[in-house]
Amino acid sequence: MNGVHDMGGVHGLGPIDAPVDEPLFHAPWEARVLALTLAMGACGRWNIDASRHQRELIPGADYLAMSYYEKWLTGLTKLMTARGLITAEELASGWPAPGAPKATPPLTADKVPATLARGGPANRDVVAPRWFKIGDKVRTRNINPAGHTRLPRYARGREGVIERDHGAHVLPDANAHFLGECPERLYGVAFTARELWGEDARAGDSLHLDLWDRYLEPA
Amino acid sequence: MAHDAHHDHHSHDHEHGQAPPSDIALHVKALESLLVEKGLVDPAALDAIIDTYEHKVGPRNGARVVARAWTDPDYRARLMTDATAAIAELGFGGRQGEHMITVENTPTQHNLVVCTLCSCYPWAVLGLPPNWYKSSPYRSRAVIDPRGVLAEFGTRLADDVDIRVWDSTAEVRYLVIPQRPEGAEGLSEDDLAALVTRDSMIGVATLAPVARQ
Repeated sequence: MNGVHDMGGVHGLGPIDAPVDEPLFHAPWEARVLALTLAMGACGRWNIDASRHQRELIPGADYLAMSYYEKWLTGLTKLMTARGLITAEELASGWPAPGAPKATPPLTADKVPATLARGGPANRDVVAPRWFKIGDKVRTRNINPAGHTRLPRYARGREGVIERDHGAHVLPDANAHFLGECPERLYGVAFTARELWGEDARAGDSLHLDLWDRYLEPA
Repeated sequence: MAHDAHHDHHSHDHEHGQAPPSDIALHVKALESLLVEKGLVDPAALDAIIDTYEHKVGPRNGARVVARAWTDPDYRARLMTDATAAIAELGFGGRQGEHMITVENTPTQHNLVVCTLCSCYPWAVLGLPPNWYKSSPYRSRAVIDPRGVLAEFGTRLADDVDIRVWDSTAEVRYLVIPQRPEGAEGLSEDDLAALVTRDSMIGVATLAPVARQ
């Protein structure tokens, strides 16, 4: 979706505020939101792409105004209600609905080290057609889907060169919408800064994006 | 938020004389209580997750990778061929480090990592990202004005240095191997690791020369 989250190349969003010795969390609730998000992910009712897309769906003005973990909290809350883990009434009352069965937490403390150490690899051992090889010139497609995509606007309709073949990876455009993983070849694609930003960009500078087969066509 | 009427029975640690918790802190506490009551969340698991990123997984991991790459040419070669496997040799990997690539700075080439679309970051080697990395100003400008961004961090590159910007659009995560600082010859791997900063492994900083003793 062409949301405000897709902000590569936008001017005017202010100076970078990078304090020295910034704490890892600015308040204890931020740490709880991080942990809740990871722990609820273990329920298996959504995936990382759906989680990202949910945060993209935050209305643009709110997205720009919210702190990082406010966005996480908003996204998590929406996912939990949309996927049936909690109801709006429970969220409003703060208590489980009368008679609601009590679940068993899928992620207990003893499982945390192994779960974090395992992570969630996105590569898939499937035979995915390889439409491009390293060194091929490609052009990114001019797509503007209303749903989730990982082809940023600044890199649409641009010429680049395949520089790496990552193998088959889960396709976020499908997975975010619970349409299956649909693994496709993922490539590292290099673009000159001038191709993306025009003649004022410095010759020699380059940008490198990881892009799926369906974002690309032969140049 | 919808929890306003129900803070009290979930709020355990508000002590008189301290600033009252913010609305959002109360809201998060109420949400956690609900999820625990429903049996969806184990509060001890939350503590364990937080402890992991506060004490175990952080930029010291990445610094070990960099120091080993500086001192062991065979390791560096393995890192450049299969970074995920080479990083796993040092015991690091997992969440947000499942697919790693290392990119090396040279006298003529500098690397900078960003995620314009959200906040992708190599947690396994750098821990959780700093706030600025996740902020709109950094995400928007790193790709179009990398030199301006570097200047805001006080980093200036020579005119003949090319910048490669890595926008983390998939699940591949990038770690910058900064140039070994001048004057660091003869230092042990541990001493070298102590010189490596988080910002140098994101690419917004370079490493200052080491003062001769």
